[in-house]
Amino acid sequence: MSEVTFREAFKAAIVEALNDDPRVFLMGEDVGHYGGCYAVSKGLIDQFGTQRIIDTPLSESGFVGAGIGAAMGGMLPIVEVMTVNFSLLALDQIINNAATLRHMSAGQIAVPLVIRMACGAGKQLAAQHSHSFEGFYAHVPGLKVLYPGTIADARYMLKMALADPNPVIIFEHVMLYNQSAELAENNDIAPMEKAVIRKTGSDLSIITWGGCLYKAVAAAEQLQEQGFSIEVVDLRCLRPLDRETIIDSVQRTHKALIVDESWKSVGMSAEISATIAEQAFWYLDAPIRRVCSIEVPFPYAGHLEQACIPQIEQIVAVALEMLTTAIPSEQVTL
Amino acid sequence: MGNDKIHLNRQHLHYLLKQMLRIRRFEERCVTLYSEEKIRGFLHLYNGEEAIAVGVMQALNQDDAVLATYREHGHALARGLSMTSIMAEMFGKQSGCSGGRGGSMHLFDDKLRFFGGNAIVAGALPLAVGLALADKMQQRQLVTCCIFGEGAVAEGEFHESLNLAKLWQLPILFICENNLYAMGTALEIEESNQKIHLKAASYGMTSQVINGMNVIDVEAAAKLACSAIRQGDGPHFIECRTYRFRGHSMFDTQLYRQNSEIEAWKLKGPIVQLTHWLTENKQLTNTELQAIEQDVDAEIEEAVQTADKASVEPVADIFKHLYAEAPHE
Ligand SMILES: Cc1ncc(C[n+]2csc(CCOP(=O)(O)OP(=O)(O)O)c2C)c(N)n1
Repeated sequence: MSEVTFREAFKAAIVEALNDDPRVFLMGEDVGHYGGCYAVSKGLIDQFGTQRIIDTPLSESGFVGAGIGAAMGGMLPIVEVMTVNFSLLALDQIINNAATLRHMSAGQIAVPLVIRMACGAGKQLAAQHSHSFEGFYAHVPGLKVLYPGTIADARYMLKMALADPNPVIIFEHVMLYNQSAELAENNDIAPMEKAVIRKTGSDLSIITWGGCLYKAVAAAEQLQEQGFSIEVVDLRCLRPLDRETIIDSVQRTHKALIVDESWKSVGMSAEISATIAEQAFWYLDAPIRRVCSIEVPFPYAGHLEQACIPQIEQIVAVALEMLTTAIPSEQVTL
Repeated sequence: MGNDKIHLNRQHLHYLLKQMLRIRRFEERCVTLYSEEKIRGFLHLYNGEEAIAVGVMQALNQDDAVLATYREHGHALARGLSMTSIMAEMFGKQSGCSGGRGGSMHLFDDKLRFFGGNAIVAGALPLAVGLALADKMQQRQLVTCCIFGEGAVAEGEFHESLNLAKLWQLPILFICENNLYAMGTALEIEESNQKIHLKAASYGMTSQVINGMNVIDVEAAAKLACSAIRQGDGPHFIECRTYRFRGHSMFDTQLYRQNSEIEAWKLKGPIVQLTHWLTENKQLTNTELQAIEQDVDAEIEEAVQTADKASVEPVADIFKHLYAEAPHE
């Protein structure tokens, strides 16, 4: 086992994909000569050439749509969108074309495309570069939405996404890129659509994914020291959502805490809460709780930004409330 | 199909006339079927613009790709989709070319590489870029033909796509059907520069404007453009000047234009023009014309009857085709 960073893991996955299949190519803004906005594709243009590492103009709708068309034409494109915020310029192509063409054509048109996007807060990039919009995409039938939160998923999810014959979006949290962890060779990981229990426990389930996973695990460890047994469920895939694993965990622990770096209102955490309420209400020993981001466009100033997003202490505090009393002491709606 | 040169013989001209008549009569039948509520939803008819679909398709080979708009019955018919499968689609039947999921605005046929039917104005342009990119990457000598209205020209995706197409020298034939109105918005109200072909030329690609009411002109221009594209000349752009005789959709009361304008354009229509020219030059007898019309009417009748009798997809199959199950090879 050796330590690798998430960046290296993402890059290794791309290299493997390019080596494995001549139909694979990487396309996006500054993926080539610049080396990738977050340096994930650094050097790949020298290794694979400009035919397979394609720098595009600033035309999110144009090149994402071109990725969809290329997939329809028999290629396996990996399209990189610099930041999830910019993908909003390509929403038309992703939602109106990628997600619909197969169904609307009664299965005649295949869009085996992967779109990678950086997302998440923590680098003081302010509101137009820091948001978490995975929930927007998870809302849309026809898409698959992955969010690796472990080094093994960072390394191997792309392979599964490319093998999948549907349009798949992969989110990469910008604060993970520099984190490193041990990566076993030929890691045998769960199928991409399965949620995985990262830590087993019996007193409370923390349900989370992506950039918040390590925070949830750290909170669980702190709570462990205080004598509580916490389960951490890593969703990994937000559409299709592995509701079974969520319900199964809550049925065992009887308490559910959802941690989501996006806003609380009308978001992914609301969907998970509703799922639990619909399918496991009678198993609950406490109201479902959520630790989400504060509902403002994320500010630039470091302390304000950190105040916006879920923190380990906050997760611990809310979990303790749930573990020590069935009724929350405060019911603040942010 | 697929020859560079056009053969202006009698047989070919009759063929072109018949193709245009198939579209015209089909559309007229759709109007009655719509009022009978056999067809629902938005219905955009192609009356007046038949010369473009028919002319352009003469330049394309079987494995070239075609992308069109929500006004695509004519393109689909000219491309070779069976009238029955199109009609069944509009009736919402299982045997429709999109399994009843697409309707009038979303006709598809992967075997004919007919990739829609797209109800988002300019939505197909980036897809065309991608399909052509895939052809280029896989060294296939194919053309991707992308057809859209002049309304699409105001969208950002038009400019993004033309830029990419020229930048990457992609084998795309852009066909702009300039019928002078985007729904009810006249060209002058919409475009700073109404010479649309010049916008394409500004991206450095070969671009021209032609009379979209003359099927021969369209065929000739499309064939020349396709042969240049196949030789590696990159994208070509053809602006076809045309006019739609009916409203934008079945709900259009046409407050934005005068009846006299419509009537004047009807005199320049592609079918009257060709018919007139052929009869004037003793290339078409009344009997021949009637035979063509009878053929067309029979085909339509057959399509309507079959579509009417066809079964609907069971609701239990609603999730079918949302995701592909099997991994692709
Ligand atoms: C992105 C988008 N905006 C608006 C519409 C509504 N709409 C449908 S057709 C149309 C006019 C398009 O005109 P044009 O491109 O000239 O094509 P034509 O209908 O004349 O063939 C509009 C505004 C749409 N379908 N998509």
